[in-house]
Amino acid sequence: MPKDSGIGAPSKRREDVRFLTGTGQYTDDINVNGQAYVYFLRSTVAHGKLKSVDTSAAEGMPGVVRIFTGADFEGVGGLPCGWQVTDRHGEPMQEPAHPVLAQGKVRHVGDPIAAVIADSAAVARDAAEAINVEIDELPAVIDMREAVKDGAPKVHDDLTSNLCYDWGFVEENKAAVGEAFANAAHVTSLELVNQRLVANPMEPRVAIGDYNRANDESTLYTTSQNPHVIRLLMGAFVLGIPEHKLRVVAPDVGGGFGTKIFHYAEEAFCTFAARQINRAVKWTSSRSESFISDAQGRDHVTKIELALDADNNFTAIRTDTYANMGAYLSTFAPSVPTWLHGTLMAGNYRTPLVYVNVKAVFTNTVAVDAYRGAGRPEATYQLERVIDKAARELGVDPIALRRQNFISEFPYATPVAVEYDTGDYVATMDKLEEIADLSGFEARRKASEAKGKLRGLGVNCYIEACGIAPSNLVGQLGARAGLYDAATVRVNATGSISVMVGAHSHGQGHETAFPQVVAEMLGIDEGMIDIVHGDSSKIPFGMGTYGSRSIAVCGSAMVRATEKIINKAKKIASHLLEASEADIELKDGQFNVVGTDKSCAWGDVTLAAYVPHNYPLEDIEPGLEETAFYDPSNFTYPSGAYACEVEVDPETGKVTIESFSAADDFGNVINPMIVSGQVHGGIGQGIGQALLENTVYDENGQLVSGSYMDYAMPRASDVPFFTVDHSCQTPCTHNPLGVKGCGEAGAIGSPPSVINAVIDALHSGGHTHVDHIDMPVSPSRVWSAING
Amino acid sequence: MYNFEFVKPSSVADAVAALGAEDAQALGGGQTLIPTMKQRLASPSKLVSLGGIADMLGVSVSGGSVTIGGATTHADVEAADAFAGLTGLAGGIGDPAVRNRGTIGGSLANNDPAACYPSIALATGATITTNKRDIAADDYFQGMFTTALEEGEIITSVSMPIPEASNYQKFEQPASRFALVGVFVAKYADGVRVAVTGASENGVFRWTEAEAALSANFSADALADLSVDAADMIADLHGSKAYRANLVKVLTGRAVAAAN
Repeated sequence: MPKDSGIGAPSKRREDVRFLTGTGQYTDDINVNGQAYVYFLRSTVAHGKLKSVDTSAAEGMPGVVRIFTGADFEGVGGLPCGWQVTDRHGEPMQEPAHPVLAQGKVRHVGDPIAAVIADSAAVARDAAEAINVEIDELPAVIDMREAVKDGAPKVHDDLTSNLCYDWGFVEENKAAVGEAFANAAHVTSLELVNQRLVANPMEPRVAIGDYNRANDESTLYTTSQNPHVIRLLMGAFVLGIPEHKLRVVAPDVGGGFGTKIFHYAEEAFCTFAARQINRAVKWTSSRSESFISDAQGRDHVTKIELALDADNNFTAIRTDTYANMGAYLSTFAPSVPTWLHGTLMAGNYRTPLVYVNVKAVFTNTVAVDAYRGAGRPEATYQLERVIDKAARELGVDPIALRRQNFISEFPYATPVAVEYDTGDYVATMDKLEEIADLSGFEARRKASEAKGKLRGLGVNCYIEACGIAPSNLVGQLGARAGLYDAATVRVNATGSISVMVGAHSHGQGHETAFPQVVAEMLGIDEGMIDIVHGDSSKIPFGMGTYGSRSIAVCGSAMVRATEKIINKAKKIASHLLEASEADIELKDGQFNVVGTDKSCAWGDVTLAAYVPHNYPLEDIEPGLEETAFYDPSNFTYPSGAYACEVEVDPETGKVTIESFSAADDFGNVINPMIVSGQVHGGIGQGIGQALLENTVYDENGQLVSGSYMDYAMPRASDVPFFTVDHSCQTPCTHNPLGVKGCGEAGAIGSPPSVINAVIDALHSGGHTHVDHIDMPVSPSRVWSAING
Repeated sequence: MYNFEFVKPSSVADAVAALGAEDAQALGGGQTLIPTMKQRLASPSKLVSLGGIADMLGVSVSGGSVTIGGATTHADVEAADAFAGLTGLAGGIGDPAVRNRGTIGGSLANNDPAACYPSIALATGATITTNKRDIAADDYFQGMFTTALEEGEIITSVSMPIPEASNYQKFEQPASRFALVGVFVAKYADGVRVAVTGASENGVFRWTEAEAALSANFSADALADLSVDAADMIADLHGSKAYRANLVKVLTGRAVAAAN
């Protein structure tokens, strides 16, 4: 019988009432009295020398307020990068300047050249068309392996090359890894592309800069996953506005998927310009604009090798990856192919030696940064594809090969610098075999064959490091920020509670799940508790939501703050009940004196805290409000096993997903319904990557897939009804809730099983020459592989 | 989008008169034109909506032919259910929002090489009637986005002889869901016609070898020895020339099988 409230209850998402009735308050719904509108004139060429920007004709157009160009930002800070990677030789990465508006050169299609502020968005756009831009076009570098060759055109003239860094991990193991490969009984090698994706949140980005001259305060309303991070980066590094004069508000946000973590030029511009013209400035991205200005995801080209001994035990893994940074370093871009990728390359397996090499490369393309999973999907995809290929080459069952090599003792220190605290990979695989009815597969394959279709089964495991993370550790790895989080629990006089949290909800259901935790701890109704998030003037300094960290990190801070509340409330209750504090227990929202029938209600205590007529004022302060900051001691390590069954139409190459099953271990689960929804969404995005999505630039750097006419997003009809299970629970050992996080798992875990299934289907049809097809496995690619 | 004038006349004559203005543009369902204007890639001075002309609305069947008003939406064509191939084609265009706005006249006048309607018009040997004349489908389609229509000429109706058997097979482009390749097969007492959309650089075309083979033997097996020349096929992100040529044959066979 499921619980009906508190931890573990499938409470319905209370925020959906406003989202589904059109009463959400998104950034574009906000209008500041007297606001002006900005239109960004963007480069239409990928690489060129900016000769002149003549705004004279546009300046005089009716309704034009002011036009800014790169020259107006000389002396203003550029956009900062929040993570510094150190290369194989101990040198810092190459870090180019990133001006708010282009200065001297344009470096990708979409690079902002000028910003026109006008009384209306239409006038701003009209005036932008009257700006005369002269650009000496330069050859563009698009292909990463071309970009690092000697003599390639340089994206940034002041850097020595287009190589941002050449990272080796673990560098000290390189020779030993080489030796293991030399001594291997079998080596499987695979080259693959983890293609570039456009995040495509339903809500495009919006920014409104406002300025109050009376008190010299700036406010930025923005579509962000982390308002305090934006306040810190923009205030301290770009515009030089102290925190107490800068408020950042991220109201309802319609999906982030990583691309709304970063600090963008448009945010800094609107905040800067509002101060300059003493008037609010609003920017609303069009969908076309989002394709060329939102940071994109993935874009790795990799060769992975797996060494096995004569008994099929994994002995070493070696990878060689090119990772695209795009034209500039987005906020956390350098961390994604390194610390969020190399550290996961051991996967769920006992592989004693791992060496990961990553060359990060600048190209004349939109910047690439974290996208749902961020580095971990890339690691999982390589590993789980090469294991499948190895099993095929060795003629062994791919599940058995995985099981044989599973890590089975915890804690487990991997050769790639992380320590898994808990997990049970056998249990999730057992659960998967049950829920996916793997024993019935052969019968389903025969039924498909009777229809002229090839059926394939693909299985994979995944491990992720999330709940990002211990500040001292990430600091050593190059993060220029802490990664704790914070919560303030404000108990009101009548007992209702507002919890101000540093995490930000943009689809995750925090407004429902977080109160469940507090309700459980206090034994009161969930409806008495609301969370407040998304406004730096209301919440404590937290780092926001990404990396499946909200409940593990911010939720832990909330638990700590609630524990402080309980401790203080017990003191008050002991005074009211004239009993020893040690004898007070809080149960079902009531304070009892253990062993007696004396008790007082939650509301009696909260009222006493704010109306302290009968109150131990000599011992404790009035009021009932506590804040806690929480910095975890480790990452969390969700894991799982996924299975996909596909049908391939051999005549057209079309792949349909017939079933998809996921057995996840998220540790303890706060709201199983929300968790299932997060997994559904993640798998949907993973299937989108596996089958449909592809970001394609031509050799001149024009984005060929720059709209939904050519960029294929997954629709409901592209995915099956998912079978998801999260009953395998090995609680996290180092956070108070024992939770691990679930937001990215589906996107991390699903692409390899889709591709494994497609290859399996083709082999079943006799197309045994096909051992890999790069994503997306579109109909034409599958058909070409079959007929190639 | 730039500013424009908007008029919604109630007669063909008034519409023709309104289209006499410089840079005036007829508006059907606007499923191509409006997005193009929003991108500022088109800037007509005046839009002349054809949706208010009662004479251009509706579907009627008589004398073995179906006649569809030029301003009739795909949804209304689907609902009229005049014959199976037509109903299936109309009901598979875009999504419900598109089908409730887009019109047959708009689709044929635009002649997008990946649109569905050109295939049925050509395969049924339709007559395209304008405010000036009747145009045979075989004369109407003149390559991608190019038709026999003259400046200011309006498609008022389209008539199709109802086939004995027919079917449309569309293989969707994964992103746009337009036809990557679409094949319409129509069987008449005097022979079979096969028209292909989405595939060719020259727009919709008749696959005459398949027509001959199917006229002799209306079965997918009749296509076994045929192949489609890939030379004129479209190559893009979503498929090579060879892939499209393959789809033409596969889909033709499936259309025949479904029509039987």
